Amino acid sequence: MQARSLEQDFQAIIDAEQKIEPKDWMPDQYRKTLIRQISQHAHSEIVGMLPEGNWITRAPSLRRKVALLAKVQDEAGHGLYLYAAAETLGVDRETLIQELLNGRAKYSSVFNYPTLTWADIGAIGWLVDGAAIMNQVALCRTSYGPYARAMVRICKEESFHQRQGYEIMLTLAKGSPEQKAMAQDALNRWWWPALMMFGPNDKESAHTEQSMRWRIKRFTNDELRQKFVDMTVPQADFLGLTVPDPALKWNEARGSYDFGEINWEEFWNVVKGNGPCNLQRMKARRKAHEEGAWVREAAMAYAEKRKQRAERIEQRA
Amino acid sequence: MTQFPDGYFNYLLRLGDNALILGQRLSKWCGHGPVLEQDIALTNIALDLVGQARSVLAYAGEIEGRGRSEDDLAYFRNAQEFYNVLLVEQPNEHWGHTIVRQFLFDAFHYYLLQELTHSQDAQLKAMAEKSLKEVTYHLRFSSEWMIRLGDGTDLSHQKMQDAINELWMYSGELCTPDALDTAMLEADLGANLQRIKPLYDSKVAEVLREATLSTPAQTWMQQGGKQGRHTEYLDYILAEMQQVQRAMPGLNW
Repeated sequence: MQARSLEQDFQAIIDAEQKIEPKDWMPDQYRKTLIRQISQHAHSEIVGMLPEGNWITRAPSLRRKVALLAKVQDEAGHGLYLYAAAETLGVDRETLIQELLNGRAKYSSVFNYPTLTWADIGAIGWLVDGAAIMNQVALCRTSYGPYARAMVRICKEESFHQRQGYEIMLTLAKGSPEQKAMAQDALNRWWWPALMMFGPNDKESAHTEQSMRWRIKRFTNDELRQKFVDMTVPQADFLGLTVPDPALKWNEARGSYDFGEINWEEFWNVVKGNGPCNLQRMKARRKAHEEGAWVREAAMAYAEKRKQRAERIEQRA
Repeated sequence: MTQFPDGYFNYLLRLGDNALILGQRLSKWCGHGPVLEQDIALTNIALDLVGQARSVLAYAGEIEGRGRSEDDLAYFRNAQEFYNVLLVEQPNEHWGHTIVRQFLFDAFHYYLLQELTHSQDAQLKAMAEKSLKEVTYHLRFSSEWMIRLGDGTDLSHQKMQDAINELWMYSGELCTPDALDTAMLEADLGANLQRIKPLYDSKVAEVLREATLSTPAQTWMQQGGKQGRHTEYLDYILAEMQQVQRAMPGLNW
């Protein structure tokens, strides 16, 4: 009888719905796919702090200011757990951050759109966090243990953010005509970028098939996008706002909404770096990293000095 | 409601405005810090301070008795009607400069709140007790970073020394009582700044010594924030903070 290969054992663990842990054997490609996906996700949290951070100082009430500040801080926390999850795969945070800063690593393209009014803070919470949750709930059951556990924690906070965003939209939609127009304008600008967050159509998606077999992914891009549309359209109706898609229509037979084609030319251009804020987002990240270099160096130098002092005291004793 | 002396409203605004303006300044660091953990830590301090400002301003509105809410007070006063100390409105420069501003304020804030836990106004006493727990942590955080950066590399040492030299002239106002401070102390409501002064001086000296930084020779101090005479920065802070409310007043956000 032939011994089962490592790869077969690995697939058997996955098929049995058990988790792969850091010390388990795993195919190189599985490790690479996860490092790419988790670090991309971590970078998205960090870059995602910028568009919303843009409104912290201008939040229209102190209650909103505190909520937004706490939300953006949560994203930093999510970035931290995700970098830690990626580190369990044998790559350190500094290397991953360098890849973001030199443009080799990607982050979610949606953060390359600008936040132009206060209503954008509502729309991001409602739509962007809403779309992120669709992906993330599925990831709570992903096959790699540390990633799945990080996602459970993140999902709890994200659903809170989503409700908070929707509540901002509701306040505006029920407010003055100017406020309602502001909410509609934000929906107009964020709807399509939110749909783009699910990635290319299944037939164009480079990574879907293998990722499904390894249960890193559990639903395809198009499945998740459809779920998102079906969930979100009634919420827009409740707000009394119009989804900016003339092709949007309830399909009785499918029990789902039909919707228009995404502008894929725009999608690929934003991915490639030509979005309205790609340049600004990367500049802001590089600036923070470069201007923080002396602080990180000083902290290391101080820790080293303390260690040496402690050793000297020990030697004398 | 108990009758409070004239001026108590303004005295509360001083406390609330210090927390609000410094919280506003710090909140601008969110997403731009030198390392994620410190981004989170500084944002925590900003959150505490804006939270403290909300309680104090809401209470000040009650004391004033004209129906003004925390947001009315935060968003619809002009710079001359803000009574924060000049130190907290100084701009964010490099991260170490922010730490120096924070440390000078935290050391003062800590002893101030300790004093206010003896206020005869039960509400102020309760707010001071709650805030003191938060500020104890703020002071620990900023002291540790003063030391780490002061005693880190030659470059960090120089940056910290330059920052403290620049900000020093805004530290004198903190513990210098004016007529309102004296009146509130006599009414058993406010803090005794003369009692705080030596404690503050010795805390600052202790941390600077450990940080290998020298105490600036500058002795002429800027004054005026507590009386509503500010530096050029405050009006810009308010223009940014208040813009949405001022553009569309009277709405629910």
